[in-house]
Amino acid sequence: MAEPILSLRSINKSFGPVHVLRDVHLDVYPGQVTALVGDNGAGKSTLIKCIAGIYTPDSGEYIFDGKSVTVHGPRDATALGIEVVYQDLALCDNLDIVHNMFLGREQKKGFTLDESAMEVMARKTLDGLSVRTVKSIRQTVSSLSGGQRQTVAIARAVLWNNKVVILDEPTAALGVSQTEQVLHLVRRLADNGIGVILISHNLNDVFEVADNIAALYLGQMAAQVQKSEVSSNQVIELITTGKSAGVTPVGAN
Amino acid sequence: MSSDTEVQLHPLKGAANDYWARIKSGDIGALPAVLGLVVLCIVFGVMQSSFLTPGNFANLLTQAAAVIVIAMGLVFVLLLGEIDLSAGYSSGVCGAVLVILVTNHSFSWWVAFPISIIVGLALGLFIGWLVSFLGIPSFVVTLATFLAFQGLLLLLAGEGGTIRMEDPTVLSIENSNMKPLISWAFYIVCATLYIFSGLRRVYARRKVGLKTELMQLWILKTVGLLGLTGAAVYALNLERSNNPDVVSLKGIPYVVPVILLLLVVGTFVLNRTAFGRHLYAVGGNAEAARRSGINVKWVRICAFMICSVLSAVAGMIFASRQNSISPTTGGSSTLLYAVGAAVIGGTSLFGGKGRMRDAILGGLVVAVIDNGMGLLGYAAGIKYIVTGLVLLVSASVDAISRKGSGS
Repeated sequence: MAEPILSLRSINKSFGPVHVLRDVHLDVYPGQVTALVGDNGAGKSTLIKCIAGIYTPDSGEYIFDGKSVTVHGPRDATALGIEVVYQDLALCDNLDIVHNMFLGREQKKGFTLDESAMEVMARKTLDGLSVRTVKSIRQTVSSLSGGQRQTVAIARAVLWNNKVVILDEPTAALGVSQTEQVLHLVRRLADNGIGVILISHNLNDVFEVADNIAALYLGQMAAQVQKSEVSSNQVIELITTGKSAGVTPVGAN
Repeated sequence: MSSDTEVQLHPLKGAANDYWARIKSGDIGALPAVLGLVVLCIVFGVMQSSFLTPGNFANLLTQAAAVIVIAMGLVFVLLLGEIDLSAGYSSGVCGAVLVILVTNHSFSWWVAFPISIIVGLALGLFIGWLVSFLGIPSFVVTLATFLAFQGLLLLLAGEGGTIRMEDPTVLSIENSNMKPLISWAFYIVCATLYIFSGLRRVYARRKVGLKTELMQLWILKTVGLLGLTGAAVYALNLERSNNPDVVSLKGIPYVVPVILLLLVVGTFVLNRTAFGRHLYAVGGNAEAARRSGINVKWVRICAFMICSVLSAVAGMIFASRQNSISPTTGGSSTLLYAVGAAVIGGTSLFGGKGRMRDAILGGLVVAVIDNGMGLLGYAAGIKYIVTGLVLLVSASVDAISRKGSGS
């Protein structure tokens, strides 16, 4: 298997007396979807925020692209090429798709915005993800459906040739066909060589797109396994009890 | 409607359909203000023959000028979903600074005017700082500064109450006109620049293979706009003095190019610069803007500073129109008219939606109501009630269209 693009080794994080993450290991491979599952309070959000630089881990190693790095803030993570698509998407309804994709990182020609260049680049990115559902990329985001919004948010994350994209429950609020569209998009992200971390409560989604599954249980990484090696029931066991017969815990190998 | 039928449509018809769909989805733009303006002009024109005369038309423009400029500043603040209730008195204070420097201290206007602008900048910085760093709602901050600036103006105006403005340059803004020939030359230069910039945009998009606005539609719009403004220039170039032998009144009032310049600069900032884009983003979703790395606090402060600077420009226009500054300059209904102008023009009170031209269209509607009802001899009370109702109607249109767009 290829070298992981992102590796966490023995990450610990406490908030006062609460030990939220205990010696967590996680590997994210380029071109693969790593599903991060776990019950509420298992530490998924904390782990993601440590990766995104919002929290700094108390101890542990953060290895990106083979090199040990320190991430002190969201800007450091962005500079490495890590992008998070949060559940609430953070889009401006009153702006159009192109504006949203370039928000805060507008292309300029001298003093003025280079609208044409931005539109061309946005179009290219959407085409690269085979997005065909939006009619015009100059329509405002307020006129888009939930799935289309998710698409725009994801497209924004890949616009900058990011290496790792973290998706926080991208299908949580979507209907059946829109979920399907977004999952296809997630798959294509990985096929384009990006390391994708997918947080989801929906095991159907996980088994549909993920290459490997990392299960957190009470702040510990119960297991990170290839999808082909586990069944849905085993994953449920990992999520609810932290162990499952026939699954080797991380660190054992 | 299937996609097959859409292909067969005439392109202009397709554009009309798109426009209709946009209106139905709540994106009504300048439509209510334009319709309102047309209806009001017809009604007043029929009821009072002196309404649709060149003299009254020129009067309307100079009457509306100060409110339009304040409204332009308010657009920046309203875009963020904030408000500046003290914008009227900011203009009074800055106007007073200008007049005091020119009249009492014999500064020339081109020294005094930048100083009054700096005073405006400082007022805006103060308001913006309180709103963005202390997090006090702008409504409360500017309610306080509304009172405080009123007091400041009272102190500046002093015992006598009014200070005369005697500088001929400042006075000419609202009281003099360009010569008819120069008016036409000005019109031709503006029209040429307008056509040129429009074509350049189309060409730039074509060059990189992007879809452009339908050429026929662009020509139609441009011809319409230039025809209308051309007719306005023609009307302004007619003699409007009652006694032309004594004094001749012809041409575009000087305040028109001033407003046009502000319109062009303001529109450029809003549409073509990253700062303008960030204003819209903060107004649309401040949290999203913050996460995109936009300095939301700085954007807020800048919006309030721009608002107060434009108020300072309005202060100069007031000084020119009233030939003086008094404790009521920029007071009474000025601010409400300005907010009304922006909202009637199509700027949203909820933030994230608004343009520079809204201030002009809305300002003209407000001025037409004020002027037309004055000519018809209605009492000031009735004028206020009608203007208030028009503001309510446009705020309702704003609120309803927001619901319609589903967000």
